[in-house]
Amino acid sequence: MRLSIPLTLTLGAFVLAAAAACGGQPAPPPTPTVDSAAIRDSIARAEAARRAREDSIARARAEAERMAMERRRADSLAAITRETERVRGMVMEMINFDFDKSNIRPGDAATLDRKIAIMQANAGLSITITGHADERGSDEYNLALGNRRALAAKEYMVNRGIAANRVTTASRGEEQPLDSMSTEEAWAKNRRDEFAVAAGGQQLKAPAGM
Amino acid sequence: MRRVLLGTGLVLAVAAPLRAQDTVPVREGVRVGITYQPGVRPGMLVLDGPGDVWLDSVRTILRRDLDFSDLFEMITLPPNDTTELGIGTGGSAGEFVNYGLFGALGADFTVRVRPGEPLTVFVYDGRAEAVRRELTPSVPPLEDGGFRLAVHRVADEIVRAVSGQAGIAATRFLFLQRGRVYRIDVDGTDLQGLTPAAARAFSSAWSPDGRRVAYTEFHDQGAYLYIQDVATGTRNRVGTTERGLNYTPAFAPDGNTLAFSRSDESGTDVFGYDLDRNCCLQRLTSGRFADNLSPTFSPDGRRIAFVSTRAGLPQIYVMSADGTGQELFAPFDYGVTGSSNAPEWSPDGLSLAFHRDVGGSPQIFLMDVQRRVVRQLTSAGRNEDPTWAPDGRHLAFVSNRTGNRQIWVIDLETGRVRQVTRVGEARLPAWSGRMY
Repeated sequence: MRLSIPLTLTLGAFVLAAAAACGGQPAPPPTPTVDSAAIRDSIARAEAARRAREDSIARARAEAERMAMERRRADSLAAITRETERVRGMVMEMINFDFDKSNIRPGDAATLDRKIAIMQANAGLSITITGHADERGSDEYNLALGNRRALAAKEYMVNRGIAANRVTTASRGEEQPLDSMSTEEAWAKNRRDEFAVAAGGQQLKAPAGM
Repeated sequence: MRRVLLGTGLVLAVAAPLRAQDTVPVREGVRVGITYQPGVRPGMLVLDGPGDVWLDSVRTILRRDLDFSDLFEMITLPPNDTTELGIGTGGSAGEFVNYGLFGALGADFTVRVRPGEPLTVFVYDGRAEAVRRELTPSVPPLEDGGFRLAVHRVADEIVRAVSGQAGIAATRFLFLQRGRVYRIDVDGTDLQGLTPAAARAFSSAWSPDGRRVAYTEFHDQGAYLYIQDVATGTRNRVGTTERGLNYTPAFAPDGNTLAFSRSDESGTDVFGYDLDRNCCLQRLTSGRFADNLSPTFSPDGRRIAFVSTRAGLPQIYVMSADGTGQELFAPFDYGVTGSSNAPEWSPDGLSLAFHRDVGGSPQIFLMDVQRRVVRQLTSAGRNEDPTWAPDGRHLAFVSNRTGNRQIWVIDLETGRVRQVTRVGEARLPAWSGRMY
């Protein structure tokens, strides 16, 4: 709608210029007098009006192009953000463990494989793995157990080509349960490795086929 | 710092250790042989008498402390705030004590708190018909923060006068509640948070003199150890603990060496550190494929018991304080015995307390250190993380027998059990030495 005002002005100027031109028709002889100043003025006015119209058209076109470009950029940024979020979601997907165990369960190997592919596709990405335990074991031993669970996932990834310095590990033992109920279901949920992006997660590419 | 004055006609040099000044001999000849079998414990009476709220509080605390010592059959009489039972005041002979009356009540020992300046506490020996001990403690006003501890010290001296060994009333627990380390008196009063409320702390330990505590505090990735002065609240991070997770601190008896567990990329191992010199980190265990944690010093400081997963499940091992000579400590049946954790060496060096998984629940076990024989102490509910009283006779542990986890104390002689904390949740207790 920003176009409408310059357009109206331009049209108005054009009509005025035309009227001026009409009014400038030479009078019939015998006394032909030419008001050359008026003619110059009207030509100048017409020229100004023409330039104004051309300028406004150019401005309108530039504005339209700019907006289109912004839309395209926003669309692509949204796409990148969506992809980053999707990939980040896969990076953060937890794995779980059996009671008092730290070995990677077969079903969780695929989860770790996805993370490996993502880290290979995103060279700047580094992560932190934090191991957790359920409340049943000894409080202090659980810190060591959580540490072992984090190390197990790291070892799996390092053995498959991820540089060790891209994965740091930590443990919270049983101190941060996801579910504080004392049920088998809660315990199973709480025996886990959590994965967090430590650096390089602003923009993440999905590996081919994911 | 208030000092308790003890003993008949005792003169104290201000800065000198208390016991070294106790030059007035206790009359050993009248000591009654104390046997600690249930049912034949000596009777103990704490006399009521005229007085104010302050005196009533002193008597009430003494009565409870002596009860919690588990050494006596406590004799309770109807409250009496007008006269001191069995104490005669008339006549030219001055005060006299009606030992016959005490004897009739079954009181082998009678404690009398006599108001005045100074406050005097008499311990009467009913069988010898004599004053066993006369104490003149300095007890501050009720509103003074040191009041309860001063009375607890009096109770400990009464126990010493009767049994030869000081009591455990003037001791405290550290424990963890929802990420914060608290301290509480052994009678379950005077609860105070020690660590910053916003931080997330973990396991804690007393220095041998009870003036400092060591504890773990979680940070972004790791967990540091701090040493905090209990009186001032000033704390310092243990220099070496800036990497990895550092926890289960344990002071050596010298109060200078700190042993602790560290979990990092190389696994979990026991380390030693020189606090005074702030140096000399020493790795005492090494197991790339096993976790080693939860050190506890023998009272002579020469050995460390700890937990290791070298045989699979965590079990209790022992080594010299320098890490050499590692061997299995508490025997177990491979594939049958459950996980064993949280060892603590008794103050007399003769026993090791720990918890062991029995049918899915931890239970308290004791091991005879010389014979290496273990016996199970608890059986109902979860019972874990034992910690010794300085008398080596009482043991505290965490139990969920009333629902949530609280600290309980068991008297190993009588089997009597009592609850210490009534808080939201109490975990990982540490029992201090005597606060003198």
